[in-house]
Amino acid sequence: MEFLNILGQLINITLVFSTALIFTALGGLFSERSGVVNIGLEGLMVSGAFAAAVATDYAIQAGMTESAPWIGLMAAAIYGLIFSLLHAVSTITFRADQTVVGVVINIFSLGMAIYLTRSLYHGSSQTTTLQHVFTKVNIPYLSDIPLIGNALFRAYPTTYIAIAIAVISYFVLFRTPFGLRLRAVGEHPSSADTVGISVTKYRYIGVMLSGLLSGLGGATITLTTTSNFAHNTISGQGFIAIAAVIFGKWNPMGVVGAAMFFGFSQALRNFAQLFEFSKQIPTEFFYMLPYVLTLLVLVTGVGRGSAPSALGQPYDPARR
Amino acid sequence: MDYIKKIFNSSSLLVPLVSILLGLLTGAIVMWFGGYDPIAAYSSLVSRLFSSPYNMGEAVRSITPLIFTGIAVAFAFRTGLFNIGVEGQFMMGMTGATLVGVLLDLPWFIHAPLAVVTGAVFGGLWAAIAGYLKAARGVNEVISAIMLNWIALFLSNFIVVKFLVMEGQQKSHPIKESAMLKIDWLVQALNSARMHWGTLVAIVCIVLFYIILWRTKIGYEMRAVGLNPEAAHYAGMNVKSTMVKSMFISGVFAGLGGVFEMLGVFGYQTVMAATWGYGFDGIAVALLGGNTPIGVFLGAILFGGLNYGSAGMSFGADVPPEVVRIVIGSIIFFVASHGIVKWILKPFLRKRANNRKEAA
Repeated sequence: MEFLNILGQLINITLVFSTALIFTALGGLFSERSGVVNIGLEGLMVSGAFAAAVATDYAIQAGMTESAPWIGLMAAAIYGLIFSLLHAVSTITFRADQTVVGVVINIFSLGMAIYLTRSLYHGSSQTTTLQHVFTKVNIPYLSDIPLIGNALFRAYPTTYIAIAIAVISYFVLFRTPFGLRLRAVGEHPSSADTVGISVTKYRYIGVMLSGLLSGLGGATITLTTTSNFAHNTISGQGFIAIAAVIFGKWNPMGVVGAAMFFGFSQALRNFAQLFEFSKQIPTEFFYMLPYVLTLLVLVTGVGRGSAPSALGQPYDPARR
Repeated sequence: MDYIKKIFNSSSLLVPLVSILLGLLTGAIVMWFGGYDPIAAYSSLVSRLFSSPYNMGEAVRSITPLIFTGIAVAFAFRTGLFNIGVEGQFMMGMTGATLVGVLLDLPWFIHAPLAVVTGAVFGGLWAAIAGYLKAARGVNEVISAIMLNWIALFLSNFIVVKFLVMEGQQKSHPIKESAMLKIDWLVQALNSARMHWGTLVAIVCIVLFYIILWRTKIGYEMRAVGLNPEAAHYAGMNVKSTMVKSMFISGVFAGLGGVFEMLGVFGYQTVMAATWGYGFDGIAVALLGGNTPIGVFLGAILFGGLNYGSAGMSFGADVPPEVVRIVIGSIIFFVASHGIVKWILKPFLRKRANNRKEAA
């Protein structure tokens, strides 16, 4: 019984940790499916985490305490989207190197977020602790189921949103003309262009979706875990999200699975002391796990062939 | 000589220079919107750099690692590889040097060189993993290097905690005096600014960078593979082993950067939550410098100076020092998307062309 209880808690915390990863990895998925590598996911998450902290704080001060976290979430999505436009304009319109611009986004977003934090909070490098953030919601009836109820149906609203977006993403990508075109642009842009699909338009949409979703991912961490923004609020989750896209073989359901698995490895770290088998393992190894596994997937070539063929190549209509 | 002339011809200099201006301008606009005085901010940044012998020395100290990481990135670029893993190789270099520096007890003339070489080899091998995976398994070196960066961070933390840690602290035992590479007389002369031999080694490495790539057979092969792997293969070069070798050398440069931060500056290694970012700044340095030896040197001076001078902004003009990260980010943004720069310059260039036409 004791063990089952712990297991329930473990699953519950896994959901908390994986939510941000699911959002961001789905963002990365849209961008990569359209053929644009986005190393800047980390920076976009930073932007989202920052915007959520500030917008929620201001909304609380304006007296909208109840809806404040939702306003923060919206603000994060918009702010993330604006930052991703930097990526889109330079890599798609001006055909700059996608990896370099991703690195720029990471440097620029963090600098901008801390600069603005210091400007808005009188020199402090972190925002004030938010008095009202998301609270866990019980799904009626389902949460009363013994064991499973506590594990799965008592979660933050963001978790349900993330899973809903994942399901929608799957349908959009594989069951709609829009999804087909987005994938076509990532697989073979010149063919797509020949049949009248605007490569530029679909790549812009892909990158902007990555900004929007990464913004939500960053906001999730502020609004469910840390309750404020500081320079280390996001430390590596954006890169784990990139790993999840690869580990999930560029498929929404796979990506969600990968994000949950990586979230589980983070959660397990918190419970490591409770189990005999995990006590022996140094905590650093839990941190390393997502990266090592992704490397192994790359090495064994399991994921080969699933990556969009035109990934990372700017499309130049003059050279097809 | 032709090569040096080529560096200084106007078109290759135009984009970086305009990008620097645009970057500084972006920073100024951001400051202006935040209600700060950009001119006061920039002048206090510059005045901090030259305000005292101590600050000048420390500025050199903060430029040094960027020279190393800049050459590391530039070297890989020249051989057709994007080494985004400099960050991790830098960490491995630190860890290698600290391991030797803390655990061994040797006379200085063996201890210090051994620590340097160990760190360099750690960095080189870490990079060679990414090179090998690309050569043997076709794994994109950017993705594998990103993963290796984080593995390096946690592996280093693990090594520090497991083998080197000082009881109850989040850092290693101090590195033994015999392994340290500070320049004591210079440290004293500059009011204890942390001067070390790494700066000199960095300059030697710039020369090596040039010699290896443009004056040796292996360097020729590396550049050939970088320019066109198929043609290089057809010409009888071993593309795969060349790739691994280029990554190894690039990693050695990166590792050396980490080595001297330990042996020259800090003297101990801490458990870190994130990497320092010298590797990513190295990408910025290499790009701004056009992957040329002199360009990298100048780029490192600019970014190192900006980074170190930024603290002056908060003292002198009450501006958050992070604005410098915005400036650095924008400079590289403009260098990378030089299309934007050319687009901005278009009206001016057209005017000049018209004038020329009229003159003719």
